[in-house]
Amino acid sequence: MTAAAPEPKVNMGQPVPRYDAAAKVTGRATYASDMPLDNPAFAFLVTSAIAKGRIDGFDLDDAKRVRGVIDIVTHENAPKLKESKLFSNGGYAGTTIQPLKSADIAHDGQIIAVVVAESYEAAREAANRVKVSYTATAPSATFDSPGTTTAAAKGQSAQFKEDPEVGDFAKAFDTAEVKLTASYETPTQHHNPMELFSTSCVWMGDNLVIYEGSQFVYGLKNGVAEQLGIDADKVRVVNPYVGGGFGSRGSMTPRTAIIAGIAKRLNRPIKLVPTRDQGFTITTHRAETRHEIKLGASRDGKLLALRHEGAEVSSRPDAYCVGGTKTTARLYACPNVASLVSIVRADRNTPGFMRSPPEVPYLFALESAMDELAVKLNMDPVELRRINDTTNEPIGGKPYSSRSLMACFDEAAKAFGWAQRSPQPKSMSDGEWLIGYGCAATCYPTQMAPSAARVRLQRDGRTRVEIAGHEIGTGAYTVIAQTATERLGVPLEKVAVFMGDSDLPPAPVAGGSNSTASTCSAVMMVCDQIRQRLFKAVMPDSLTDKAKETVGISQAPATQAAKSDRPLDIEKAFNALGVGVVEEYGEWKPEGAPLDSFKAMHSGQVRIVGGHAMKDQIAYAFGAEFVEVRINRFTHEIRCPRLVGAFAGGRIMNPRTARSQLMGGLIWGMSSALLEATEIDERNARYVNDNLADYLVPVNADVPGVEVIMLSEQDDHINPAGVKGLGELANVGTNAAICNAIHHATGQRIRKLPVRLENIEV
Amino acid sequence: MRPFSYQRATDPAVAVQALSAAAAANDALTKAAAQPLAGGTTLIDLMKLDVMRPTAIVDINPLADGWSAIDPGNDGLRLGALAKMSDVAAHEEIQRHYPVIANSLKLAASAQLRNMATLGGNVMQRTRCSYFRDVSYENCNKRNPGSGCAAMDGVNRMHAVLGASDQCIATYPGDFAQALVALDAMVEITGRSGTRNMPFSELHKAPGNTPDIETTLRPGELISAFSISGRWPRSVYLKARDRQSYEFALSSAAVALDVREGTVRDARIALGGVATVPWRAREAEAVLKGQKFDDGLAQRVADAAFADARGRRHNSFKIALGKRVVARALQQAVTMEI
Repeated sequence: MTAAAPEPKVNMGQPVPRYDAAAKVTGRATYASDMPLDNPAFAFLVTSAIAKGRIDGFDLDDAKRVRGVIDIVTHENAPKLKESKLFSNGGYAGTTIQPLKSADIAHDGQIIAVVVAESYEAAREAANRVKVSYTATAPSATFDSPGTTTAAAKGQSAQFKEDPEVGDFAKAFDTAEVKLTASYETPTQHHNPMELFSTSCVWMGDNLVIYEGSQFVYGLKNGVAEQLGIDADKVRVVNPYVGGGFGSRGSMTPRTAIIAGIAKRLNRPIKLVPTRDQGFTITTHRAETRHEIKLGASRDGKLLALRHEGAEVSSRPDAYCVGGTKTTARLYACPNVASLVSIVRADRNTPGFMRSPPEVPYLFALESAMDELAVKLNMDPVELRRINDTTNEPIGGKPYSSRSLMACFDEAAKAFGWAQRSPQPKSMSDGEWLIGYGCAATCYPTQMAPSAARVRLQRDGRTRVEIAGHEIGTGAYTVIAQTATERLGVPLEKVAVFMGDSDLPPAPVAGGSNSTASTCSAVMMVCDQIRQRLFKAVMPDSLTDKAKETVGISQAPATQAAKSDRPLDIEKAFNALGVGVVEEYGEWKPEGAPLDSFKAMHSGQVRIVGGHAMKDQIAYAFGAEFVEVRINRFTHEIRCPRLVGAFAGGRIMNPRTARSQLMGGLIWGMSSALLEATEIDERNARYVNDNLADYLVPVNADVPGVEVIMLSEQDDHINPAGVKGLGELANVGTNAAICNAIHHATGQRIRKLPVRLENIEV
Repeated sequence: MRPFSYQRATDPAVAVQALSAAAAANDALTKAAAQPLAGGTTLIDLMKLDVMRPTAIVDINPLADGWSAIDPGNDGLRLGALAKMSDVAAHEEIQRHYPVIANSLKLAASAQLRNMATLGGNVMQRTRCSYFRDVSYENCNKRNPGSGCAAMDGVNRMHAVLGASDQCIATYPGDFAQALVALDAMVEITGRSGTRNMPFSELHKAPGNTPDIETTLRPGELISAFSISGRWPRSVYLKARDRQSYEFALSSAAVALDVREGTVRDARIALGGVATVPWRAREAEAVLKGQKFDDGLAQRVADAAFADARGRRHNSFKIALGKRVVARALQQAVTMEI
């Protein structure tokens, strides 16, 4: 075992290497834009240079003269498309702003023309020669810009139904011995996955194949079909590998149906590869947020009152919000809680999911405030969390299905050397570097969604698993193959997994960290159907019921079923059945899933359940993160030499891929705290640093020490796989941990991200 | 990117001829129809972005045989313009006798870029101003003379506080040039009438009323070498930036000193990340020269270096930062073991 392949603890699978490792490191993994096309034409987008106004006209003469140009599509001649509603309103779209529909401009970088040419270079050159005349009006850029409107999220957002509250906050806060009121701010951020937002569309008669990196092939398939007004069965989305998503590929963007429509009209495959800067405006982003936290506590640190107000920026037409108060209102024992989420409308494109959408901004606020409270109480911040740890969430009183928060704090504190921290701010240094230690809690809801799978077992043990899941870099192929191996008792190298294709049995969106829990539960169930058939074939009738019970086709947790498993002689079973192949298809849904779950699953609609919204319990994964920051006395440069996180996520399917996920999360958390922000020119509501040279993400030298500790945790109440999902767990607490460490290093409390050297005063 | 012709120049005369032939007499060098290609790390980017639209590319890499010498002698140093940044940074004698040069190169860009980029191309790299590099912004006096400056009242955290005009506040982005300007380097220029030498400090032009004219080079002229007299073992390059590697300076200082018995006999200070051109801080040097070094003096020198600095909405912090960087670089240079 190595650092990359940690020794499995109790309730962890084997750290087998990635199923797709060799294909990826040798460049043989085919991403959407790698798919060979027969005689494609190439599309290049023209995007708006204003954020609000109208297009008066185009001068296309110069562009049309470029050799190889086939067509230039604008709102005047674009294919007519039907509207799709927002994903949260029963549709598929991440935005209801549909470009090329009229001369109106609703945000910076909106698609206003598509140039199609015989080569990418010709299309790009012609796009550069398109001249546009606009009538611009003054846009509202963000918070505090003139012309924005603000209203409570509740009542306008389908995603946000209730501001959680309990008890009497006002009274409790008023009388609390120790009080804190503080405001926090987080910036706009963009996902910037490595793979650009490419789309290729190929028509074969009335059938459309779309090659596009997507986190939800069923959603995209149904959404594009709806926009084109065709039967969804005629649309297929293919993407065996996705070059990162982080939420940006979760809902449909307008580009896909546009490209499909043009391909149909030109009767030719079309390949679109937008640029990095276009990716900033043709998809979604994490909206900027503001928070006010009020905490009231007793002298001994017991929380008595908590109020969290959040505000988020969205577009004019769409009431998108993440509303993280659903988590922050429930994280600690506190009898009096109030909250309010508001949405601020500006002339921007609609924001969307970005890794841990609610928790990243809202826990930054709460976990910073907890640290501030600990300072006020002169208390170790770890102890403040311990005092307020709880087995039941305070709003509805439901029990946490399992909660290892303090175990994570203790493990991480030990590994980090928290005991060596001298609590006084500005008390630790090393030469020209001030040193600060900080910590924060992290958590993410455990979520599941309905999923189907098909599994085929051959006599020689070769196994084929088919599921329209998504390999977004997380290790999905690997853990699904491991699941089949474990359930069917076949060697890993005999298992082939097929994903990323909407012709396969439906799987949920790869979002909300639900993939492993959902897809592995479905694959387990279908493998058990196979086992049951085989058992039936070899067991006397009288034992069939018993056999059925032992293979656990119900929702019995994996570990329990495994315990009572008996070895199965596949050869004998196949002989008895008299067949060469056994194939099973099945549809799994989590407890509490709505009645229309399976119907919705096939039509690409999300039915995620879990987190705080479960009937008799609340399910979250937890962790604790400790960081060391160093601040240069002279340059005020902020560096983060050590990040240590301990996490508990139920069953860990594969400690290797899980560690990699968590490590990536910690690094991103650091990046979010210190580097990442999309700069907005407030005069014109445009993004300025829309490239990877100016939108900074960490390089190797920024993360010399990252340590991931995975705790053994068993939770039999969440899903058959016993999995909590940890893709979005690790990048949540880091923002606060770093600001808390900066306070320890400098005595200075920074409440606005990202923290840059000019914010440090020492 | 727009179509262009491509020619490999097999000797300097061919290169000069090819670059001159396509040039109109009044062209600013940056707008010249023919552009030389060395490492390509700036030019190709700007062509893709449609910021530069040359119709002819003259690949000067075949001249590397004669133009990539790294030649440290007892009396001074000669560096060929086509030497790779990484080769110079790794050269043992450069590290020993000119640490300011080795470090300015080592702290620039990424390993991959340093392997491609040449010294001549490096000093000619163009500003990273976001508004300059995005043609959808009409207002850029550097790109479209007379159109205004979007950065002046826009997002200007990375922009210059020294050497700016009311036409342009774009920062000169490089590192190596600060070392050259500090060490009074000469630059050798090869043109139609052979080679000429001029002080490196005369190569770059502050924006003034013509921010589109960035250097004194004329179309058809190529940088062929740099030379520095003497050795500067007591020299440092200090660079403050947002991340630990692969990032432009928010503020940097190239400092070279001659200190004997605590007294500064000679001092060279140049500033990066804060100015529109590689910035020699002569007033600051004057404060330092002939004095006994202490922290108070370092502070006065730093204040002098930024006496004329002018901040705008997002970049004012660079003045205080720049002063601390200068003071710290001086302390490092004074205390370094040589």
